[in-house]
Amino acid sequence: MIRFENVSKTYEGQTKAALLNVNIEIEKGEFVFLVGTSGSGKSTFLRLVLREHRTSKGHIMVAGKDLNRLASWRIPQMRRQIGTVFQDFRLLPNKTVAENVAFALQVIGKPRSHIRKTVPEVLELVGLEGKQDRLPDELSGGEQQRVAIARAFVNRPMILIADEPTGNLDPATSEGIMKLLDRINRTGTTVVMATHDVSIVNQMRKRVIELENGHVVRDESRGVYGYQH
Amino acid sequence: MRLNYILSDLGIGLKRNLSMTIAVVVTIWVSLALFGSALLANEQVDLMKGNWYDKIQISVFMCTKDSGGRGCSGTEVTQEQKNRIRQVIESNPDTAPDGVFGESKKEAFAQFKKLYKDSPIVSTVTEDQMQESYRVKLRDPQRYQNLVSAVAGLPGVDTVQDLRQYLDPLFEALKGLKIGAYIASGLLLLAALMQISNTIRLAAYARRREIGIMRLVGASNFYIQLPFLLEAILAALIGAILACGTLWLGVYFVVMRRAQETFKVWQWVGASETFRATLIMVVVGIILAVVPTFLTTRKYLKV
Repeated sequence: MIRFENVSKTYEGQTKAALLNVNIEIEKGEFVFLVGTSGSGKSTFLRLVLREHRTSKGHIMVAGKDLNRLASWRIPQMRRQIGTVFQDFRLLPNKTVAENVAFALQVIGKPRSHIRKTVPEVLELVGLEGKQDRLPDELSGGEQQRVAIARAFVNRPMILIADEPTGNLDPATSEGIMKLLDRINRTGTTVVMATHDVSIVNQMRKRVIELENGHVVRDESRGVYGYQH
Repeated sequence: MRLNYILSDLGIGLKRNLSMTIAVVVTIWVSLALFGSALLANEQVDLMKGNWYDKIQISVFMCTKDSGGRGCSGTEVTQEQKNRIRQVIESNPDTAPDGVFGESKKEAFAQFKKLYKDSPIVSTVTEDQMQESYRVKLRDPQRYQNLVSAVAGLPGVDTVQDLRQYLDPLFEALKGLKIGAYIASGLLLLAALMQISNTIRLAAYARRREIGIMRLVGASNFYIQLPFLLEAILAALIGAILACGTLWLGVYFVVMRRAQETFKVWQWVGASETFRATLIMVVVGIILAVVPTFLTTRKYLKV
């Protein structure tokens, strides 16, 4: 589903590479943790998958397409197959829960009847039934993140990218979010999650890719957060 | 149904930026009105030129006893000289076919009396003091020099008069005014262009959250740009319509009601010229809105 072939990325005006010779293959339906300290290259990895930046060297294949060869006007189309969740939720404060989720479908031109049917379904999936008319301000952090996940998932993407989705949440709430991501993964969606949260990684026992200074230093299926020295 | 979202977005955008939108409308209004006036002034100068140049003829005045021109020798022009002059004029390639008319002393006197009928000078002038002349129509009013130099100095020719030498400075002055109007409206249009670009920048900044999410979920660039484009086009259209209205009022009150009444002999710009000018203004107005909006939003959408 996602393949990195000898990918290097050096940001403009910098000498140090953010990613260096990364080779990774993530299969359809996998759940992958991306771990590493701040500045290790996790965010760069995710941004490259979203084609927010181009690689400096190497190729990235997403859903069978070479991102380097993708015409810029096709990028939006490609992004519709990827859902994205962030640490800071990124909800629109003046729209209700249902409107926030519906927004993602409206702006890609989905018909109203489809939106009316899909939005309640996905809100139920993330456990927000009955809260569709609330504004983001009136929700807890965990609930806001559920709205963001609903928005990311409402178009049934093949890939869900989560950049520290539990970074602003307490452990109990984080667990709920992880259960939700796991449920989404079970529907066949590939999930790639960058995180610092040791206990979550250790609990889930999923594949772990560790980055350090732009290199992949570890890639274990059913791994834990750090080495046991 | 897609249009619904776009239109509601447009409404929100216009409300949010109301003062800026009004500023854009006013700038476009004033600059386009000035631009339209420059267009009309241009038409007017052309009309006047055509008007005058059509009537332009070269007058070749011939000697009397009293005239002191280069070709005169203190005597009346002879029939032989007159024939020779006529021949030179008729054989000149710039003379219009059948474009030579002779004016006798008698005719000149009648004309003179008509022109100065209320002036005491008429009683002091006799028919004998009038000059005989040839009036020459030109094939192309722009090309007169050749004929003038061919005729001037022939025996029996007193002076050669060419109206252009009086009209050209006038038209030069009008041309200067016209260019000034174009430059002024050009500067204003440039200001409008930059103002629209700034307004769009502000609007894009106000909507950066929405835009970020739209990009994230894969909204097409055109979809993201469309509300901005519609907003700018709407503002430009309102400005253009106001400018067109202003121009029509100006033409109606200044040209049709005043100038045309006062200077009936001249041709004046009318409805058809004004209509043409307003069409150009609307097109310029829309270009003015679309181009900066497109460029500015593209900068924000760079992936």
